[in-house]
Amino acid sequence: MVRDITLGQYFPGESWVHRLDPRTKIIVSLTYIVALFILHTFIGFAFATVVLIAAIAISKVPPKFILRGLKPIFLIIIFTFVLNLFMYPGDVLWHLGFLKITEQGLYKAVFLAVRLVLLIIGSSMLTLTTRPISLTDGIESLLKPAAKVGVPAHELAMMMTIALRFIPTLLEETDKIMKAQQARGADFETGNILNRAKNLIPILVPLFISAFRIAQDMAMAMEARCYRGGEHRTRMNAMHYGKSDALVFVLTALFVGLCVLERMYI
Amino acid sequence: MSIQVKNINHVYNKGLPDETAALVDISFEIIDGEFVGIIGHTGSGKSTLLQHLNGLLKPDDGQIIVGDTDITASGASMLEIRRKVGLVFQYPEYQLFEETVAADVAFGPKNLGLTQEEIDDRVRTAIELVGLDYDDIKDKSPFDLSGGQKRRVAIAGVIAMRPEVLILDEPTAGLDPQAHQDVLSMVRKIHEGDTSIIILVSHNMNDIAQLSDRVLVMDEGRMVMNGTPKEVFSRGDELEAMGLDLPDVTCLMRDLRSRGLNVPTDIFTEYEAEQAICKVIKGQEEKA
Ligand SMILES: Nc1ncnc2c1ncn2[C@@H]1O[C@H](COP(=O)(O)OP(=O)(O)O)[C@@H](O)[C@H]1O
Ligand SMILES: [Mg+2]
Repeated sequence: MVRDITLGQYFPGESWVHRLDPRTKIIVSLTYIVALFILHTFIGFAFATVVLIAAIAISKVPPKFILRGLKPIFLIIIFTFVLNLFMYPGDVLWHLGFLKITEQGLYKAVFLAVRLVLLIIGSSMLTLTTRPISLTDGIESLLKPAAKVGVPAHELAMMMTIALRFIPTLLEETDKIMKAQQARGADFETGNILNRAKNLIPILVPLFISAFRIAQDMAMAMEARCYRGGEHRTRMNAMHYGKSDALVFVLTALFVGLCVLERMYI
Repeated sequence: MSIQVKNINHVYNKGLPDETAALVDISFEIIDGEFVGIIGHTGSGKSTLLQHLNGLLKPDDGQIIVGDTDITASGASMLEIRRKVGLVFQYPEYQLFEETVAADVAFGPKNLGLTQEEIDDRVRTAIELVGLDYDDIKDKSPFDLSGGQKRRVAIAGVIAMRPEVLILDEPTAGLDPQAHQDVLSMVRKIHEGDTSIIILVSHNMNDIAQLSDRVLVMDEGRMVMNGTPKEVFSRGDELEAMGLDLPDVTCLMRDLRSRGLNVPTDIFTEYEAEQAICKVIKGQEEKA
């Protein structure tokens, strides 16, 4: 069901990964994503996968939880896979009517699917192991240089936290509304694309109304507690880079180095 | 029409850290014409149970039979089940989406594939049944109505499907006293009409005691009591241990008794209470 989507959700824990400085984790995740685009062979991906599995193991987030979150995204992955599989020109391996699979197409399809899966799992590791509040603090702190030239760093970070915080709430709301409309005989599972799109209206209208209501309540509650963002706010938990962060940065540098070597020599 | 629930279990998020056993070995039966009240603490599994009764959720094991259809069987027609069993969710006004009240109420009947005349007829009847003026309200936007009116329009949207079983999940939550009474008298009226079985979840024990033929009590996913209101509410200490209230009148009788007045405590209508108290007082006067 919709409620199974765990993208952007936090998985409470006390692991070594959880306790890293949020800034470290943000930088490392971004680096990992960039590295995925540097790599260009399956050997490279195998290496990136091992690194990711190691990170997951240390974080103690159950793989089942991560995979469950991936389920809804499988559709996108399968879509890109199929598109690449049938659309890529090259040496034909197999064909049926106008459909044909080429060697290059197969390679490309698998390659992109692997990259996409690593990309999604890699970036969700950041949100899985970092509290939304710490994540905001981290982003804000990293954006500080940009704030000097007028980028509203605090506001941007705050907006992101709120968005993350409300993903589960909105999914829950979607689940409820879908069930309520199904109870009135709505059918979201069958029919052609046009019908299905039309069937979304009974979900989307109430969902938007709920979202606006939640936003309004939230704004009111923040104002009632005299929130006025930006300047002069202090933190309850100040962030510190520690020895573990130093170690992680060294390992990351090593990882990037190896990825660059892969690109150049394999 | 009858409903049989046989040994159903439901676990959310099986095998994950947030695994919750929401329903544990639930069995009960509801016979034709019954008005059944369900009570239980928040999180005891009431809403989960209701969603099983019209096939929105499937039990992990066990069987649910509505009329003569096994709705847990794999080939069961969902539309047919939704037509037979109408479910009004908690805060149903959040499901309104159409531009006019009439169009919103027509959503269910339309999904059933009825003719336009039949749909129009059902919409009018349903809106009138929930105590609203059809001609006055039909072209209004549902979002311009008051809270109580919205709730009633949402309930009309389910009634318009003419279900044989109507399930209401806390239909009076968050309403003002007047709207609360309106919804209750509406529920009573629906029960007198074509709908043969009504299942009502509520935290208001006065309503449950007055309306129900039978009361089911849920606690931590289990069904711990199943009996007439008299049977259930006479076990006040157990209910209080589960964090549940008693009807106001029953509380009063228990209070009187604990202060030495020899009145029965399995009473929950004002009339019965008056009779019992008069009887005891008369008895004391005669002795004196
Ligand atoms: N969609 C869901 N996913 C996971 N857990 C759920 C879901 N719905 C309900 N629960 C859990 O199941 C239990 C029973 O919930 P519910 O049936 O809503 O109880 P009630 O209606 O009596 O308050 C609760 O512990 C609740 O947190
Ligand atoms: Mg509930």
